[in-house]
Amino acid sequence: MAEPSMHRFLLAVLRRDLTLAARRRGDWLIAQFFFVMVASLFPLGVGPEPEMLARIGPGVLWVAATLASLLSLSRLFADDHRDGSLEHMVLSPEPTVLLVLGKSLAHWLIYGIPLLLIAPILGLQFNLTWAAILTLEISLLLGTPILSLLGSVGAALTLGLRGGGVLLTLLILPLYVPALIFGAGAVDGVMAGTGAEAHLSLLGAFLVLSLLISPWIAAAALRVSLE
Amino acid sequence: MTQPTLSVHDLACVRGDRLLFKGMNFQVEAGELLLVQGGNGQGKTSLLRLLTGLSTPEAGEVCWRGDSIRRQQETYHREMMYLGHANGIKDDLNPVENLRFAAGLQGCAFDENQAIATLRNQGLSRCLDLPCRVLSFGQRRRVALSALLLAGALLWILDEPLTGLDIHAVALMEGLIRTHLAAGGLAVATTHQAFNLEGMPVRRLLVGNVAIPELA
Repeated sequence: MAEPSMHRFLLAVLRRDLTLAARRRGDWLIAQFFFVMVASLFPLGVGPEPEMLARIGPGVLWVAATLASLLSLSRLFADDHRDGSLEHMVLSPEPTVLLVLGKSLAHWLIYGIPLLLIAPILGLQFNLTWAAILTLEISLLLGTPILSLLGSVGAALTLGLRGGGVLLTLLILPLYVPALIFGAGAVDGVMAGTGAEAHLSLLGAFLVLSLLISPWIAAAALRVSLE
Repeated sequence: MTQPTLSVHDLACVRGDRLLFKGMNFQVEAGELLLVQGGNGQGKTSLLRLLTGLSTPEAGEVCWRGDSIRRQQETYHREMMYLGHANGIKDDLNPVENLRFAAGLQGCAFDENQAIATLRNQGLSRCLDLPCRVLSFGQRRRVALSALLLAGALLWILDEPLTGLDIHAVALMEGLIRTHLAAGGLAVATTHQAFNLEGMPVRRLLVGNVAIPELA
């Protein structure tokens, strides 16, 4: 009895957030444009040498993906908090952990998946080889859910605070460091010929860890913020 | 199952470093309305948030069916509906979609015809496919009230349910509360407006120490 109702609740949260995102495409596009812009500024800044671009490419794309996901995270709970629907969701019979998990998952589908689709094109711009681009895709596939999951903790902690967006960035960026190191490291490994398996395994482990821990912390933080 | 009773034992509430109230005791039985009264800033909303479980009391406890709500959150949240100052409806969705998502989050089945009928009863028949963004304040309040009705909860906790409603909607709301109580439901409400409560079993609770003139 409990299982299907939890399942239904998770689906309801997902469907709700996806519908809302579809209604407000402007907000959604901003994060993707930001990703493209940040990644495109680097070739202009450091010069057009292909070796140099291939060298910095993976790191730049990963940093840009991190910043783009942060840009949208401050509104993960804030919009629902403002119109009162967050209280209704927290007061639903299902555990708050599921709510947070559903919202993080929706955030990943809305903001993470498009990054995966844009990244190969930006990879070409950085003169990455196809093998490197493939590894970049796998590392982003494993890494972007981490950004959404850890980000939900920061969004819940800073909910309702003045200047919460900046605080969120300062709180969460340090937590993103492992994902950034392993993600960009995997692509570097492929380009240096040492292989990406080690980095990708660690990234996968980090994903499992954040999946297990962050919804609980974010749910607790959310209850504190709503007090 | 034990009788549906909402009771409060020795409740104290502190906001910041200010004590709003302490040693509060009351009980609401099936079919009763508790009208919480008090001036602005005396702690009415804080009390209601304590009753929903959104905030934790400084001391004392809130009990539903004789057991603390902390120990039975799932049951309690299934049987309780809260309507706060904010309506909890999304501006980008139309009223029917709002009700559909509200039902999904509450874990109850959604019957579109029933939802539309409820919205029509609330006088929203012309707004069914408009996004709530373009509705007036009072109309949005009516959408929120429809969600409350459809949830079919036993206990209603209403924070200023009449704010922004016109005379017809106030009369409608009074009727809804009557029906709810007659069906054995419980309600806790705050209001500054006159409420026609004749014939209803009403308890009054004054929060804070500022006496206010008796409402109608």
